[in-house]
Amino acid sequence: MSEKKGKAGIKDLSPIDIYKLLPKTNCKECGVENCMAFATKLVNREITLEQCKPLLTKENENAYIQLKDMLKPAIKEVIVGVGDKAVKLGGKLVMYRHEFTYSNPTAIAIDVTDEMPESELLERIKKTENFRFEYIGYTLRLNMIAIRSISNEPEKFKATVKKVAENTTLPLILCSLNANVLEAGLMAAPGVNPLLYAATMDNWKDLAELALMYNCPLVISAPNDLSLLFSLTKTLTTYGVEDLVLDPGTFQNDGLADTLNNLTMLRRAACKNGEELAGFPLLGVPMVTWADKGETADEIVKWREAYLAGMLIVRYADVLIMHETDGWALLPNTVLRQNIYTDPRKPVAVEPGLKIFGTPDEESPVFFTTNFALTYYTVASDIENSKLSAYVVVVDTEGSAVDSGVAGRKLTADKVAEALKASGLENKVKHKTIIIPGKASRISGEIEEASGWKVQVGPRDSSEIPKYLIDKWQP
Amino acid sequence: MLDLLAKFREIELEDFELEVKDLELWLESGGALPRLAVPQLKAAPALKPGKPTELMSVPFVPPVETYSGTITEVKLGATRGEGGTRGRSITIGGETCPAFYSFERPMLHPPVITLDVFDMEVPLSKAVKMHVKDVVGDPAAWAKLAVEKFGADMVTVHIISIDPLLKDAKPKEACKTVEKILQAVDVPLVIGGCGDPVKDADVFAEITETFAGERFLISSITRDMDVERCAKFVKKNGHVALSFTPMDLNLARELNRRLYDFLGREDIVMDLTTAALGYGLDYAFTNMERARLGGLMGDVELAHPMSSGTTNAWAAREAWLKMSAEWEPRELRGPLWEVTTALTLALAGVDLFMMMHPAAVKTLKDVTANLVSGKKADACKYLDWLSVKS
Repeated sequence: MSEKKGKAGIKDLSPIDIYKLLPKTNCKECGVENCMAFATKLVNREITLEQCKPLLTKENENAYIQLKDMLKPAIKEVIVGVGDKAVKLGGKLVMYRHEFTYSNPTAIAIDVTDEMPESELLERIKKTENFRFEYIGYTLRLNMIAIRSISNEPEKFKATVKKVAENTTLPLILCSLNANVLEAGLMAAPGVNPLLYAATMDNWKDLAELALMYNCPLVISAPNDLSLLFSLTKTLTTYGVEDLVLDPGTFQNDGLADTLNNLTMLRRAACKNGEELAGFPLLGVPMVTWADKGETADEIVKWREAYLAGMLIVRYADVLIMHETDGWALLPNTVLRQNIYTDPRKPVAVEPGLKIFGTPDEESPVFFTTNFALTYYTVASDIENSKLSAYVVVVDTEGSAVDSGVAGRKLTADKVAEALKASGLENKVKHKTIIIPGKASRISGEIEEASGWKVQVGPRDSSEIPKYLIDKWQP
Repeated sequence: MLDLLAKFREIELEDFELEVKDLELWLESGGALPRLAVPQLKAAPALKPGKPTELMSVPFVPPVETYSGTITEVKLGATRGEGGTRGRSITIGGETCPAFYSFERPMLHPPVITLDVFDMEVPLSKAVKMHVKDVVGDPAAWAKLAVEKFGADMVTVHIISIDPLLKDAKPKEACKTVEKILQAVDVPLVIGGCGDPVKDADVFAEITETFAGERFLISSITRDMDVERCAKFVKKNGHVALSFTPMDLNLARELNRRLYDFLGREDIVMDLTTAALGYGLDYAFTNMERARLGGLMGDVELAHPMSSGTTNAWAAREAWLKMSAEWEPRELRGPLWEVTTALTLALAGVDLFMMMHPAAVKTLKDVTANLVSGKKADACKYLDWLSVKS
């Protein structure tokens, strides 16, 4: 491993080491109390180095460069596209999720081709742009368009790229092994900073020139050959191409083990061994399932593409190229991506107690739910979206959901009674009726007994609360 | 669509045959694929000095690590020769590296799937119900379907009729259900309770004694049960304990330590709690990944095989809810929800999956079989994806 530099992993980086190089003026210009606190924030990636103004002066230049290098992520951050829809790929600090929050969620590109009828092309762009799912306060979206040249004709590709660029501001991936075709595409959409796919053993020189001439990020593809991938990466970085994305190949079935091994080895080499040639974003191509399609039914190919995408999201892919646009297949993957990229330190439970929605009065309904964060946010967003006024008592179930709480005795009638008492609702509502989650129906009798409140068993899923109130609620 | 999914297995088999035929044709034609020509750039600027003209060769050295710990092997089920009545026993665990790091070491025992069977009617999502509707209420027939049609390695018998808040069935009645299932199938069994710590212990006591030597996995032993009593009857009658804790590795260690007073390490599987995709899967994934890495780093209290109640995936409303047309059909979305939950946790190191939907089961089996097959990628065809006609 010739490039080994022994870069400090995120865990080895201490605020003291950072502090030593800071100006130590405690000037508070960065908005933080003192330089030590600033150093801690830097290590936790809660602030950027450039917010320290004295550091940007000529006399501190050396310290700035040193600090910049110390704080450099193991995986280089590569930007594709321009404007507010530009995507950042990579930028990862760690290999395992528990070590530190993963940055820059896996970007998902949907493909179009230069042989598609225009109506289909526009339809796919529209579908990609309009994909949208609201999930516990986040909007899940697709991120890029990959344009493949099937024709291998520069003029045809040029016309297609032009058409795409006129109809979307999503970042583009231009896909062809022919440098002339790619250049035609680059000329059709100047200044949009697309990702070029891909430099290989055969065309690397031409692709390197293109990437330099048009100042674009470039994918290196070396199918299942990491030594070739390293050789190409070394060659191209020496050539002067800095923004690279690595594609070790995506294979289904017999090649699945190689696929995961390659991605895992590259990420480990970069994050654990400081191997700079592996320190670039990784690309996965779930749509390879369409290359072996044969007579297989479309739904089966989509199914395979979907679960392959999921495995790649978990095992370190920073960008994916997909063909299917069906919601049933993309939804689980966009949710998975959101899950994997959340802060692992986020608590699993919310604060128990009384929560008020809208402007409830003495006739408003009273619900209870658990303090498991996901349960609470789901119930809260259902009630908020329905614009209802209601009281919700959050019972401390030590972070258990309703069903597992009942099964594991974390959600008991006594706990509900206690929380209800502590809420003071007895004096706020006239009806003294509590609507309990359908999944807690087993303990409805016990709750009535322990609390003295009348119990109404509500729906099993909080999405049905609005309908339930119309049908069953009579204060 | 419903037909398509119902025929999922058959379609898969047909496709496999087709693919083999295609492969033969392809081989006959000489195996050479048309490659895209790569013409030189017309106006390539002269190379600046310093730009390499030849590929610089840098070898990749696989970053292989060594681990001080090994995950304990646990045997489930016992054959006649071993003191039980099962057709075969199944061993899980034994890992010496993280899940599917086959560049480091091959996997000794691929993950195992046990299918859920309930002893009475329970609310089931539509996508699941369509596959089991004929056997709900008849646990023996359900178990047979799970093994013979859906390819389950094991069966989990959820004896929920014993719940004091449901039917409050007696331990003897629970034994009758287990007996029927033992007669119907010859795979190892997981025995699941109702979640009431007192009643479960009473029923488990009766079952472990009645079926001594079968090496059932008793699901589960929790912190609020009489741990000493449970561990003793599990040990005395030759079964295995599933040590269940709510997503907290310290609690998992603590419960395992309590069990060590009575049980061997090879008699314990742990369940660290599975949350559904979209509803806490991130916590479950990281908790399990940490447990596995910890076990491999020498933390013996976490070096147990892991079980996952993957069926919990169906607790996510997006798995079963009828949604607007763009997210349909739920008959595909639901099982994909379960598969995605399962595969994510497989990558964290789960050894035993408790599952529900036949399509999800089939996919997990296919994927894990591929991952341990030792087969290699066909690299020369990879870039074909670029020219796939849509």
